Amino acid sequence: MSTLEIKDLHVSIDTDQGNIPILRGVTLTINTGETHAIMGPNGSGKSTLASTIAGHPRYKVDSGSITLDGEDVLSMSVDERARAGLFLAMQYPVEVPGVTMTNFLRTAKTALDGEAPSLRHWTKDVKTAMSKLRIDADFAQRNVNEGFSGGEKKRVEILQLELFRPKFAILDETDSGLDVDALKVVSEGVNREHSKGEMGTLLITHYTRILRYIKPDFVHVFIAGRIAEQGGPELADRLEEEGYDRFTTVEA
Amino acid sequence: MAETTHTDITPDTPLDGGISALDEKARLGSATVGRASIDGFTEEGERLPGGDDGTEQLGFKKHSHGNAPVIPEASRGERRRSFDLADFPPLTGQEEDWRFTPLKRLRGLHTDDLTGPAPAIEVTGAGNVTVETVGRGDARLGKGATPEDRVSAAAWNAFSEATVITIPRETVAEGEVMVSITGRSAEPAAQYILIRAEQFSRAVVVLDHGGSVALAQNVEIVVEDGAELTVVSVQEWDDDAVHVSSQQAKIGRDARYKHVVVSLGGDLVRLTPSSIFSAPGAEVEMYGLYFADAGQHLEQRLLVDHATPNCTSRVTYKGALQGQDAHTVWVGDVLIRKAAEGTDTYETNRNLLLTDGARSDSVPNLEIETGLIEGAGHASATGRFDDEHLFYLMARGIPEKAARRLVVRGFLTEVIQQIRVPALEERLSESVERELAAGNL
Repeated sequence: MSTLEIKDLHVSIDTDQGNIPILRGVTLTINTGETHAIMGPNGSGKSTLASTIAGHPRYKVDSGSITLDGEDVLSMSVDERARAGLFLAMQYPVEVPGVTMTNFLRTAKTALDGEAPSLRHWTKDVKTAMSKLRIDADFAQRNVNEGFSGGEKKRVEILQLELFRPKFAILDETDSGLDVDALKVVSEGVNREHSKGEMGTLLITHYTRILRYIKPDFVHVFIAGRIAEQGGPELADRLEEEGYDRFTTVEA
Repeated sequence: MAETTHTDITPDTPLDGGISALDEKARLGSATVGRASIDGFTEEGERLPGGDDGTEQLGFKKHSHGNAPVIPEASRGERRRSFDLADFPPLTGQEEDWRFTPLKRLRGLHTDDLTGPAPAIEVTGAGNVTVETVGRGDARLGKGATPEDRVSAAAWNAFSEATVITIPRETVAEGEVMVSITGRSAEPAAQYILIRAEQFSRAVVVLDHGGSVALAQNVEIVVEDGAELTVVSVQEWDDDAVHVSSQQAKIGRDARYKHVVVSLGGDLVRLTPSSIFSAPGAEVEMYGLYFADAGQHLEQRLLVDHATPNCTSRVTYKGALQGQDAHTVWVGDVLIRKAAEGTDTYETNRNLLLTDGARSDSVPNLEIETGLIEGAGHASATGRFDDEHLFYLMARGIPEKAARRLVVRGFLTEVIQQIRVPALEERLSESVERELAAGNL
């Protein structure tokens, strides 16, 4: 049982127009086995939270803390965070020139586990996971994300989730840009891993439709860098009907 | 990062024979569509330093052909070829073929008498290959290659002894021919090497350059009918070396020729590898790998001269750059002459900028004088390994240095694998690793 704890997190970015605060005091606790959905309108800071947890250098933490089982995540480098068990499924996975998927997956797995995976099992695991996510076998020989469609990139993110088996998965708008079939396949992947009971999930989404496939235990509504409201799955249903208007009006 | 782009022919490609550029494009398009190129790369090679903040525009851009005002030759085929130094005026740096080369760093190779001691040559391996040291009067010299620039002509006129390596007729060389070329003087020097693969012979010849030099070198390569020859030129010079080398190959009927360049060390290395088809049915592959560190200038200017029918050529050059003022130049000229019907050619150059402050120039040129060809195309892509790539790999647990190595190794391995001499491949892979480590990335 692990706990990812975010306390009073304030985050800003430096731009040409100066320093802009984005997160203004976020507090959130996720335990193994729980699924938390973070919902909110564009620009509310959802993705900033995801990137900050993963350690993207663009985001500056002004105050607050993130801990994983009491360990200070903010003092870790990006790769250390991954090795500590945090996984960010990216909203826009980049294409990495010159590195095949096979090579990348094995290198990452070796780095995460501290030892090379047994070749025989690993190859089989990769093949099985790929076929479950309906990723074409020849993708293994292609360069990471190179020439993949938006949907293929998202599947490959979930492929990594299933192969790397993190303690906490942060899914940054994994549902955006997916058609219904791809959404189902991707959601099944997340559910497969989650059902093993060894992972906590932070699901960031703009829309409610992925919540039909991945059932959240908690829903948090992000408005202007803060959690404006939280509740159970029923909150998502209400958002589906009402949208974010009620929050943004209050904010204005 | 920008989207992948690739082009077939440039709008300013000289076209002859009454074929409009549009017709060419339409017909040639099929040769290039669907070619895999590196995503996240732009085709743009000639980018001014400092002008790139990693946010290139999406979409297609045509090649720019340098920033200096340059009047192109009417045809690459009309460039002067001569053994007479007087036929090449003193260099000003404005010449089309010297405009990227920092002449000041040539250590006088273009101005001085090349009277320094030539680098020592030691040939090992393949006992059934003949190695001779001959005087400059030997009738075989200069039959298959003619200087195309001033430094090459100066080198032709200055050498006193030449090394002639002959793979006899119908002989398969017993192992690789390792030609170790070791510089020991910084005085401007000339060197001449002739490699002759006689009819139906087969061999791999490795020119392994090391030490310190200011060297103007001509390597003449004759691939006779039906022969199969690989020439690998490795430049692992000391940091102060200056090396200008013309490596011209004359390709016979149904011959197979593979040329591989690996340039890693030296202050200034400028290679002009040429493949000149002299009879039908031959195949040429030209590969190159270069890795420039801070301050290094690594330049390669290729010519594939399709003068005869039904020949095939493939050119793949890849470069990595790191550090302030690391500069690489790749110019690939492919000429399909009127007689060269049935030609099939494709050339690619890809560059990977690993740090700020480096500059890569890439200029593919395709000149077509007949419409009756199988295919012709080229692609050039220059991209950078940026913070987003690094973040992605590190977010999967891979430490920063390992992430950079993973990318560079993957990028350059394709060329190293073409050498097919395992011991040398291993050595060069290690050299690339050392380059990376030296960059303190």
